[in-house]
Parts: sequence; structure tokens; C-alpha cells
Amino acid sequence: MKRIMFGLIASTVIAISGCSKSNDVDEKVTDGEIKIGVLTDLSGLYSDIGGQGSIVAAELAVEDLGGEVAGYKVKIVSVDHQNKADIAAQKVREWIDRDGVDMVTDALNSAVALATAKVVAEKKKIMMNTGAASTRLTNEDCTAYTIHHAYDTYALANGTGTAVVKQGGDTWFFLTSDYAFGHSLEADTANVVKKAGGTVVGAVRHPLSASDFSSFLLQAQNSKAKIIGLANAGGDTINSIKAANEFGLTKTQNLAGLLVFITDIHSLGLPVTQGMYVTSGWYWDLNEETRAWSKRFFDRMGKMPTMINAGVYSTVMMYTNAVRATGTDNADVIMEWLRNNPQSDMFGTNMVLREDGRLLHDMYLMQVKKPSESRGEWDYYHVRQTIPGADAFQPLSESRCPLLSGQTG
Amino acid sequence: MSEVGITLDSLLGQLLLGLVNGSFYAILSLGLAVIFGLLNIVNFAHGALYMMGAYFGWIALTYFGVGYWWSLVLAPSLVAVFGMLVERTLLQWLYKLDHLYGLLLTFGVSLIIEGTYRYFFGVSGQPYPVPELLSGSTDLGFMTLPNYRGWVVIASLGVCLGTWFMIERTRLGAYLRAATENPKLTQAFGINVPLLVMLTYGFGAGLAAFAGVLAAPIIQITPLMGNNLIVIVFAVVVIGGMGSILGAVATGLALGVIEGLTKVFYPEASSTVVFVIMALVLLVRPAGLFGRET
Repeated sequence: MKRIMFGLIASTVIAISGCSKSNDVDEKVTDGEIKIGVLTDLSGLYSDIGGQGSIVAAELAVEDLGGEVAGYKVKIVSVDHQNKADIAAQKVREWIDRDGVDMVTDALNSAVALATAKVVAEKKKIMMNTGAASTRLTNEDCTAYTIHHAYDTYALANGTGTAVVKQGGDTWFFLTSDYAFGHSLEADTANVVKKAGGTVVGAVRHPLSASDFSSFLLQAQNSKAKIIGLANAGGDTINSIKAANEFGLTKTQNLAGLLVFITDIHSLGLPVTQGMYVTSGWYWDLNEETRAWSKRFFDRMGKMPTMINAGVYSTVMMYTNAVRATGTDNADVIMEWLRNNPQSDMFGTNMVLREDGRLLHDMYLMQVKKPSESRGEWDYYHVRQTIPGADAFQPLSESRCPLLSGQTG
Repeated sequence: MSEVGITLDSLLGQLLLGLVNGSFYAILSLGLAVIFGLLNIVNFAHGALYMMGAYFGWIALTYFGVGYWWSLVLAPSLVAVFGMLVERTLLQWLYKLDHLYGLLLTFGVSLIIEGTYRYFFGVSGQPYPVPELLSGSTDLGFMTLPNYRGWVVIASLGVCLGTWFMIERTRLGAYLRAATENPKLTQAFGINVPLLVMLTYGFGAGLAAFAGVLAAPIIQITPLMGNNLIVIVFAVVVIGGMGSILGAVATGLALGVIEGLTKVFYPEASSTVVFVIMALVLLVRPAGLFGRET
């Protein structure tokens, strides 16, 4: 009797394990479709730089794919994370566990990105981040499943900081948003300024979403620095620039916006932003391809895409390229393939994925046009310099990503 | 902390800027105090009404070519009408209930208004030019003050003074005060109290919109602009004493100055200092600096 029981159990175990094994081999794309989640801010202060535009960008990609890749349907889902890291993490967990989402994109706001990266890595799916700026994503908090796509604070600081010092702006005063993002942007830029031979004469920290910037700007004015570096974002940057113009700072000193999006320029207008340097990963008017894509985007959104929106399109293309080539949605296989196969699309050419998760691509140093030079709405930038990916981003040797230890030391 | 030394000139400059910000606090908290005094409603929609005022100014200028000075009159009137509609259709059912219901309702109303504006205008905001007459700046010796900021102080003090005069020194004001004290008795004397209440809410809403138009050339007009301000303004009203008109104005100006000084000496605390003061005042005088304890 005992022997029979043993035989039964053993054969059942073998049968079950055999089944699951053959399942793995047969079904290369789990649940038979590719689902991409656009995790973004649809209602808050970042909804103009990501938001609905990111969903439209992803939909344009699906359109270009003809709705499918390698015989599998490609679907886009989206959610408003309200800029709250806990909501984002919970939603992504639900997406992966219940809805079978394979890749998460946009994920703007650094806090959201850091929380999401953990969940995605734990579930062995992929996050291709185009929205967040924090370099922590490819340093302390790097994972084998995070791709940092469009830009980061290092590249912004590097592009704008170096260019401005080169133009003679060698004394800096920082107006810094008083939280992790602002501090890291200030520190990154200060390093770049010093490296380029400039000096930092001081800084003032303002609370997030301050109602009035005049008194901070007055302190910046008294510092007599040639350049006032704005280490803040969104509405805070906009109101800093407005107040700087009102108090006449711009007559004797120059502003350097360290995280400025084209939507910010659009909303402020050229008269107050002209001459400012901006570093960006992408611009709609770079070449024929970007113009054609942006026109399609414009027809649906009524505004031009930001680099975050364009990045979302690029991530969908990259992910589906990998699925087509490998025939699977297995995250390890896809990440491996992407590391070995540089990608090109309308966002950039020959984009290389590094071991720390950083995607290397060209960055652009822009200067905001004078009102007289602009041919109309959204024609805002002169492209002053193309910074090759290898120079634009933090060198791998400086990365603090734990994945690298053992490989590069 | 700033590494730049603090000179007397820059200190005076900061004091003046504090006064400018205080002017906004004063007008906004005045409206809140008037509404609370008469309606017993904690008007959480005040920030949204302020934002509506700014947007009316912007829409009038962009789509109809109506300039700043007309907006300064038109926007408050239109927002006042909107406020009266809200009062008639929604708020009037809540007067007999706990404060909490009014607070929740007006909070909901403000979410709806902000959401609607966000849907149509996005969050980056719209620029509004400084009117021709007030552009440029004046050298005061210790600082260069943009003329427009000077005008803000004058205009808001004028409006506050006018409001105080109307409530304390006119017949209409006397009715208002009587209705606050004892609505039933006032009604028994043949005075139309519901009408007074409606007009008061409309007036409060108009004050918020006036502040909105006044702020439009200084800060970016966005659907969220009221959000950033409203919490501070509530703190101002609590410090001044709920419902006290003089308290609201004096506290608004004083806190603007204190906040300005904080921005010089320890900028990191400038968003908290108002709440620290609020906590201290509540400990010592629970009814607020100018409030009457009942």
C-alpha cells in the first residue's frame, strides 16, 4: 500500500513538473499579449510634461506597429498616480499581478520612479523611465530591470553648466527647491561649474511651491553672481523667471534654468525667457523625422510633445523590437538583448543601454530664441550644441550602482 | 542659509516685499472672515474663487481684448455672481448644520472648479502682462521696487479700508452685523436676511477674485494657484480670530512681513513660520489675537 501511494505521488509530481516545463517552452509571451502601462500624472503639476501626452505617444507607437508585434496584440493601459509614490507602487503591483502588464513607462516624478523600480524588479518586469530626473535610478537604486531613458539631473547639469561657464558665466548663485531633487540638481551643477573653472558664491533654499519668489531673487541679486542657477522645476521655475524679469535682474544677471521643459517656455512666452540655455534630450524640431512625428502628436493633443512624451514612444518601440527579436516577454532575455543591440528611432540614433540601466543618447544644448527669431508658436529653440551620449551622462566609472561591483570594481 | 551678508538695505527691501505679500493675505483673509462671520461657513472654495478671478482677467484679455483696469472691476463682479449662485443653490441648506458640512461642501466645490480649469487650460499656466501704466520700477534708495508691487499694496489697503468702513460705519453694515448677532430678530424687524447672506457671500467671492486679478501680472496663472495660498490664508484667519475683520487685515499684513524676514534669516522655514505662530497663538489665545472669547 505504502509503495503504491509513493508511486502515485511520485508520478503526479513528475507529471505536474513535466506539464509546467512544457508550458514554459510553448508559451513564449505569457497571456498571449504585450501590455504596456503608462504610469503618469494626469491631474497634478506634472500633467503638462507627461500626462495625457504620454498616453497619446504610446498610442502612436502602437499605431505604427499595426497593433501587434510578432503576432501578439500590443495594448496600452494608463493610470493617474497623483504624484504619490505609494499609489504608484500599489497600482503597478496590481497591473503586473492582475492585468499582466509587461513594461511600465513614463513614471515621472523621482519618488514615484524609485518606488516603482523596486516593485518592477521584484516581479521581474521592466520599467523604462522617461519621466523622472533622479540619477539614483542608475546609482544607489539601480536594478537589473530599470532603463533610464530620456534625461537625468547629471546630464542637465552637465549640459547647461558647462555651456554657461564657457560663455563667461563663471560665478553662480543657486535658487534651490528645498527637497531631494533640488539638492541633487544643485550639487550636480555646482560640481560641473567648479570643474569648468567657475565658482559658486552662494545658494538660497526655497520651499516647494513657494507662493512668492521676489525675496529669494533679491538675495540672488545681492550676491552679484553673474548666473542665477534655478535648481527647481515646474511652477517654481516659472514663477522664479517671472519675478526675475519683474525685478530687473535679467538686465545685469543671467538665468540658467536647469530643468526647463518646452511647455514651461510656452507658458512663460519668449519675451521673458529669451537667451536662456536649456538642456534637453529631444526637441520636436530636430529633423524631418521628429517633425513628422510631432505633427501627428500635435493633431491629437493641440500642443507639441515634450521629451518625456517622445521618450514614451521610443520605449514602446524599443520594447517591442526586443520582443520581435527574441520572441518572448521574459524580462531577463529582453534586457540582455537591449544591452547588446543599440536602438534607433525618432528619439535618437544608436542608443546604447549600459549595465547600470542608463540609456546613452545624444543630449542637446538649446538657447531660447528671441521673439523676433521665432516663426510662431512652439518654435522656441536654437540647437546650440549636440552633446554625444558618452559625454552627456555620468561616466560608468563614477556610478554607484551595486550591480556593477565585481564587474568594473 | 544664504551666504550673503545681510545689509540694512536688503532688510528694508525684504520688509517691503513682505508687505506686498501680506496685502494678498489681507484681502483673502478679509473675505474669509466676512463669510465666516455672517454665514458660519468655512469657505474652502476661496482659493478656487481667487484663481477664477485671475483666469477671468486672462480670458478677458486674451479672447476679448479687455484690459487690466476693466478686469479689476468685471472679474470680481462675475465671480460674485457665481458665488451668489453657489450660495443660493448649495450653501443655504447647510447653515443649521455643523461647520464641518460647509467646509466639506466648499472643499468639493473648489475641487470641481480646479478640475474644470485644469481640463481646459492645463497646469503650466498662462502669462499676464503688467499693465502699461504700472510697468517699470521706482528706485527707493534701498531697493528698486517694481511699480506694480507698490500698486498692489495701495489697492489692497484701499479695498480693506473700504470694506471695514462699509461694515462698521454704514446702515447696510449695521444690518449685516445685526444679522450676524441674531438673524431671527433681525428678520422680525423686516430685514431680508437671506438676501443679506447671499450678498455677503457674493462680496467675499468678489474680494477673492479681486486679489486674483491683482496677482495675475505677478505670478503665473494656473488652476492650482489658489491651492498654494489658501492654507496660509486660513492660518492667518485663525491667528487673527475667526470672523474678525480688523484681525484678518492686521494679521495678514503682519504675517507677510514676518514671513519675509524668515526668508532672509532662515529661508527653509519660510513655509512653516506661519503655522508655528498659529500654534503658539492658539495655545495662548484660543480665540485668536483679535477674536472675542465666547
